[in-house]
Amino acid sequence: MAAETVQFYLMGKPHAVPKGLTIQKAMEYAGFRQLRGCGCRGGFCGACGTVYRTAGDYKLKVGLACQTVVEDQMYLALIPFFPAVKANYSIEDLPPTAETIISLYPEVLRCVGCNSCRKVCPQEIEVMRYIAAAQRGDIARVANLSFDCLMCGLCASRCPAEIVQYNVAILARRLYSRHIAKPAVHLAARVEEIERGGCDADLASMMAATDADLKRMYAARVIEPEEL
Amino acid sequence: MRVPYFPGCTLHSKAAGFDASARAAALALDIHLDELPYWTCCGATFSMAADSAMGLVAPTRILASAKDAGKLLTLCSFCYNTLKRTNKVIATDAERRRKVTTFIEEDYQGTVKIVHLLEILRDDLGFDALARKVVTPLKGLKVAPYYGCLLLRPADEMGFDDPERPTILEKFLASLGCEVVEFPHRTECCGSFVVVGAPDTARECSGRIVDAAAVAGAEVMVVSCPLCQYNLDRAQHDPANGGRAKAKVPVLYFSQLLAIALGCEPSCLHFESHAVDPRPRLSAWLEAPAPAPAA
Amino acid sequence: MILSQLKTEQDVIVAIKEISGEDVRACYQCGKCTAGCPLSGAMDLMPNQILRLIQLGEYEQVLQCRTIWHCASCLTCASRCPKSVDPARVMEALRTILMRRGAVHVDIPTLPTQVLTEAPQQALIGGFRKFVGY
Repeated sequence: MAAETVQFYLMGKPHAVPKGLTIQKAMEYAGFRQLRGCGCRGGFCGACGTVYRTAGDYKLKVGLACQTVVEDQMYLALIPFFPAVKANYSIEDLPPTAETIISLYPEVLRCVGCNSCRKVCPQEIEVMRYIAAAQRGDIARVANLSFDCLMCGLCASRCPAEIVQYNVAILARRLYSRHIAKPAVHLAARVEEIERGGCDADLASMMAATDADLKRMYAARVIEPEEL
Repeated sequence: MRVPYFPGCTLHSKAAGFDASARAAALALDIHLDELPYWTCCGATFSMAADSAMGLVAPTRILASAKDAGKLLTLCSFCYNTLKRTNKVIATDAERRRKVTTFIEEDYQGTVKIVHLLEILRDDLGFDALARKVVTPLKGLKVAPYYGCLLLRPADEMGFDDPERPTILEKFLASLGCEVVEFPHRTECCGSFVVVGAPDTARECSGRIVDAAAVAGAEVMVVSCPLCQYNLDRAQHDPANGGRAKAKVPVLYFSQLLAIALGCEPSCLHFESHAVDPRPRLSAWLEAPAPAPAA
Repeated sequence: MILSQLKTEQDVIVAIKEISGEDVRACYQCGKCTAGCPLSGAMDLMPNQILRLIQLGEYEQVLQCRTIWHCASCLTCASRCPKSVDPARVMEALRTILMRRGAVHVDIPTLPTQVLTEAPQQALIGGFRKFVGY
């Protein structure tokens, strides 16, 4: 029984592939070895940002190649990289304010509110909304709205004001974590416990154990203790 | 009364004193400024190019978000001017309305009324009623009202006041008990955004305005625009640093004087961000505890 | 300078009229716009001179002048004109034509940090719209 096939176009050339493959798998099926534009294969690293159109439809569509299933007559291009500007800074020295964002990325004030960034985001992030928040110094909001960003670069590729939105966002997330978010006291306590030697005994006994002992300990480990 | 409020980028950060004092003062008059839940920058300037659609996109989206309420309040002259002129294009130019509203996927016909807080004070409350609510009359304070350009021009689109001889700020100040100082240049441009590309040119404009106010006897000036405040305030720096004005006249937002006169908490004023410190001249009213409001 | 009707029909002159929406032929050179312009001290060509040059089809001088990059769009000129011409819209059209060709009159990367951190956002946003474009 022949598998159902679909046809997609890569760099303008048609390829027939079995139905149900992701774009990334379809490219490999068609014989391409991926050296660029391929990373974690799990929808997390942002390397495989893809723009595509389908026949007869003017609308530009977007997805991650590792997550998006090939549609028949899909006409696509991977955008593994789009040239960006990145400011140099030391996060320790920067106050979490509008002035910090504007002095490092003044072009953020050129935003025309066209929403092209949000329309092209494979993570459906409200990019225009966080750029508006950045302009007025609402760092916490930028950090929260941009949380799902994979730094794939598609927003920067479409922006008529030539903003690199994802670099503005990661600056805001760093400012938020360093200067606004409450410090994790439980983490500090745990680090102190370790430094005081709280794990030394366990570590020593594991280092001294035989392979057989280790295997036995591993098989018998409790994954979710009922009591903490 | 509750009215949807569009602060604009600057009022949320640099001009916090304008925003905070206006909210506090409005609240004292039972006017609630309800900030729009989602807003972006309006673009600051209105694009006068007849074929421009891009420049209308952001302000139209903002206006569309207020269409159910039918009204939108702004404080900043830039936002007021941009939103009002955009609204007129959307209401009267069918082709551009179609283009812009289709692009932003909103059904908007130009129905929102854009209002300024001064208009609400004049038309909904009345300056006589405002005078009766004043708990700390600013007696003896000589104030020069500065309008700048964007509140008044183009006159047929703004409809704010007489473009050559406006009186709304004068009446407003009189209702607070101030002594109003008349001076030339009160409707002349402070230099505006030219300060970004050609700061010396802008400083000349601002310096001229401040000097004229000082010569006329003003102790402070009031404005309705963070850029006017910045230009007029900074023009008074030491001439060695590029400042042009010879006088030292603090530049206040009209809402800061309103907040003081209505007995609001001084924490809403944010005078620390002003280059020419207003606190010495206003100390009598800032330190005295606010008397109980008249019944 | 050669005066001819053909010059007044050139593409750029037509573009100025379409983008500004203004017919500069209405201007009779009274000079009120120039007299009232608060930025005129920094200008090389005066506003009324720009209108005259466009009337004659001399767009090259106009596109190269400093004047249009010192205009604050304050509309003092428009409010004074007895013939209801709006010179500010003509200035906007001239800037628009040049910016659409790629001209940039504020170099953002070399703006002093002090301006970026002290000027209110409106100044920068407005300045970028008027002098950098999109």
